[in-house]
Amino acid sequence: MKTKMTFRSISSRKVTQRFAFSLLILATTIAVAPVIYIVIYMVLNGSGVISIDFLTQPPSQAGKAGGIFPAIVGSFYLMLGTLIFALPVGVLAGIYLSEYARDNWLTRLINMAILNLAGVPSIVFGLFGLGLFVMTFKFGMSLLAASLTLACQALAMTITTSREAILAVPKEYLEGSLAVGVTRWQTIRHIILPQAMPGIITGAILAMSRAAGETAPILVVGAAFIVPGLPSSPFDQFMALPYHLYTAAAHVPGMPKTIMWGIALVLLVVVLSFNLLAIFIRLRFRQRRTV
Amino acid sequence: MTMKVALANSHSTRELRIKLRTEKVSLFYGSFQALRAITLEIPEKAITAIIGPSGCGKSSFLRLFNRMNDLISGARVEGLVSIDGIPIYDRTIDVVELRKRVGMVFQKPNPFPMSVYENVAFGPRRHGKKSRSELDMIVEQSLRQAALWDEVKDKLHQSGMALSGGQQQRLCIARVLAVEPEVILMDEPCSALDPVATLKIEDLMRNLSHDYTIVIVTHNMQQAARVSDMAAFFMMEEDRAGVLVEHGPTSELFTNPKDKRTEDYITGRFG
Repeated sequence: MKTKMTFRSISSRKVTQRFAFSLLILATTIAVAPVIYIVIYMVLNGSGVISIDFLTQPPSQAGKAGGIFPAIVGSFYLMLGTLIFALPVGVLAGIYLSEYARDNWLTRLINMAILNLAGVPSIVFGLFGLGLFVMTFKFGMSLLAASLTLACQALAMTITTSREAILAVPKEYLEGSLAVGVTRWQTIRHIILPQAMPGIITGAILAMSRAAGETAPILVVGAAFIVPGLPSSPFDQFMALPYHLYTAAAHVPGMPKTIMWGIALVLLVVVLSFNLLAIFIRLRFRQRRTV
Repeated sequence: MTMKVALANSHSTRELRIKLRTEKVSLFYGSFQALRAITLEIPEKAITAIIGPSGCGKSSFLRLFNRMNDLISGARVEGLVSIDGIPIYDRTIDVVELRKRVGMVFQKPNPFPMSVYENVAFGPRRHGKKSRSELDMIVEQSLRQAALWDEVKDKLHQSGMALSGGQQQRLCIARVLAVEPEVILMDEPCSALDPVATLKIEDLMRNLSHDYTIVIVTHNMQQAARVSDMAAFFMMEEDRAGVLVEHGPTSELFTNPKDKRTEDYITGRFG
C-alpha cells in the first residue's frame, strides 16, 4: 500500500535539508576563516616593515634592525638541498615500489614504514640528523647536515607521491610497450616517467615548501640566529626564516613586533608561492594531457 | 613440419608450415588452472581464430605466445610452447627478443600518449634505430601496411589519442608492424569498434595474412567465419579450466562440427 503524502511531511523534509545545508556551510567557513584571518592579519601588521632594505640587508643589533637577507638565502639553499637529495631517491624508490617490487610481506613492510615516516615528529628527525650527519659523518652543524636531515623527512612525501603518480599511468601503456619488444626500463624511461612527471614534480615542490617551514629539525643541525655573511660552502652554518622568526620572537628582548610580523609574512609568501607553483604545474600538465 | 589448410576466400588447399605449436600446455594462476593440456598447431602466414565463450581461457592462451602471462604474479606454464620448433619457455629465451618477433594488438586500442609518428617509431627507436630518414621510411611503410597512411599523413605530429577508435586500433597495428614481427597476436581487436571500423580491420587482417602469422581471439562468430583460415574452439570445464574442444579449417568447423558442444556454440544455443 502506498504511503499517503502530505504537504506537511514535504515541508519538514525541506527544513531538515536547509538545516543540513547550513551546517555544511558553517563547517566550511570554520575551516577557511582562520587561514584568511592569518593572511590578512599578517599583511596588515607585517607589510609596513617590508622594504627593499629589509629583503636585501643583513640584520643588525641582534635582528632588531636591518634586514633578513641571509635568512631568505639560507631558506632557499635548504630547499634546494632538500630537493637535490630527496627527489632522486624518492623517484627511484617510487619506481621500484610501483614497478618492480613483488607484492609480498617485505614490500608491505616497506610501504608501512614509509607511511609511518610521515608521522614521525620533526624534532625526532632533527635528533636523528644530529646523530648521523653532524656527529657520525662529521659534517658538523652545517647546511649539508640540515639539507640531508630535511631530505630524510621529505622522503616520505616524495616516495609516496612518485609511487602514486607512477601507479596512475594506465597499465595499457606498459602492455603495449612490452608487446613491441621494449624492455621494462625503456618503458619506464620513455612512457611512464614522462606521464608521471607532473605528479612527481608537484610532490617534490610541496615537500620543498614544507622543508622551508620546518624549524625544529634545523634547530639542532646547523641553523644559527646570526651568521656573518652568507654560507660559502655546504659545511657552513646558515640562517633560515623559520628559525630566525622563532629566535626573534622568543629570545630577543625588545624585538619590534613589526619585524616579527614582517619575517612571518616573508616566510608565508615563500611557502605559499611554492604551493601555488605546484598547483599551477599540475593544472598545466593536466591541460596538455587532455589534448 | 607442414599442415594442409584450405585458405579462406579461395578454393585451393595449401601446404603451410607450422609456425606456432603448443603441446599439452597447462596454465595456472596460483592454484587456479586456466588452461588444461592444450595441443594445437598454428600455420604460418594464415589467420587462426580462437573462439569460445567468455572466461574459457582464449586470451590466456593467446598470451602464451608472447609470454604476456609472465606479468601476472603466480602464473605458471606446463607443457611445450614453441615457435619454429624453438621452445619459448626455455631458460635461455630472451623474452624481449621474443616479443619483437611476436607482436600483440589489444582489445582496447592503447596508443601511447604521443604523436602518431612517435607511436609508430617507438619500437624501432628503442631497438636502436636512430637515423631520421630510416625512421621516416619505417613510419610511412608501417602506416601504409596498416591502411592508415592516407588518413593520418597530414597529422603525423598530432597526438595519436586524438584519432577515432578504429584509427587508434590501426595505429596500434602499425606500431606492431614497425618492429617487423613474424607473428601478430590479436586479442579481440574489434570488440571496442563500430561495424565499419571492424570491417576495415578485417580487410587489413586478410592483407596482412600474406606476410604474417596471425592469431586472433574473438567472441564474434561471424568475424571468425569471415576472416580466419583455421579455427579452434575452446570451452570451460567444470573446474573453470579452459580446454580445446575442436580445431580445424574454419569452413569445416563451422559447417560440419565434429563435436556436439561446438555445434551448440556456433549455432548460438549457448555462450
